[in-house]
Amino acid sequence: METLSIIGACITLIGSLFLFLGSLGLVRMPDLYNRIQSGTKASTLGTLLTLFGIALIYPNWSGKLVILIVFVIITNPVSSHVISRAAHRSGISLSKNSVQDDLSHDNQQQQEPNAIKP
Amino acid sequence: MIYLIISIVLGIIILIMAFIALYHRNLKVAILSAGVVSLFASILYLLLDAPDVALTEAAIGSGLTTIIFFYVLNKIQRNDAEK
Amino acid sequence: MVNTILIIAAVVILLSMLLSLFRFLKGPSTFDRIISFDVMTISSIGLIALIAWFANRIIYLDIAIVYGLLSFLGVIIIAKFLEKSL
Repeated sequence: METLSIIGACITLIGSLFLFLGSLGLVRMPDLYNRIQSGTKASTLGTLLTLFGIALIYPNWSGKLVILIVFVIITNPVSSHVISRAAHRSGISLSKNSVQDDLSHDNQQQQEPNAIKP
Repeated sequence: MIYLIISIVLGIIILIMAFIALYHRNLKVAILSAGVVSLFASILYLLLDAPDVALTEAAIGSGLTTIIFFYVLNKIQRNDAEK
Repeated sequence: MVNTILIIAAVVILLSMLLSLFRFLKGPSTFDRIISFDVMTISSIGLIALIAWFANRIIYLDIAIVYGLLSFLGVIIIAKFLEKSL
């Protein structure tokens, strides 16, 4: 029982380190889309590991913690996707080093046939 | 001990966010920072052993007020654009 | 032993909140601030779970569930309004 608690505490510490690395990426990255990537993905994994470590320390609480973990896994990527789509539609440009922009290419291809047809 | 550290850091964040909400020129940023103020205020209520007050503060202050402010801001800007 | 490790974890989460506060102060556009708001909310879910361990009360986890729901709803509605208005 004691070793399980210590393992759970170490997993919680690893999760909080992932949260810290996500925020560090939020400060260091050069571009809005890179910031969305690092901030949301790393913080999702960090929260998941933190809650899982507490579920290992107190097995009685695992019901609510599992509900919380499933909720975070479902909702967090959806919100990051919505933010990046809104940012791309409102015209925020990518950084200079980025190579490819498929979404604007697709938008142009969608608009052009309608213009040519009539 | 850990309660004291959490309270001091959250208090510093709340002060900075309140100054942004008062003095920033962009209205959207001011609304967002007001949302952050009530978010951390509810964690402070949680540290003071009042979970029901924290629940109400998180639901109304951080959720409902921010959404209503953005709704009204959108309507005002659209009316300005029509005139 | 467990208590010491969890105190270190809480301090690391507070440091990450301060870093995302720096991005909130500096960010050039509104979307940077929304991302910073999202990261602060997600980190505070972990912090609330740690506080629930320190205080030994299970009722605090309900507040974490409400936090997650409100953060999701708020971010989606704010992004929708910004997309429509700009």
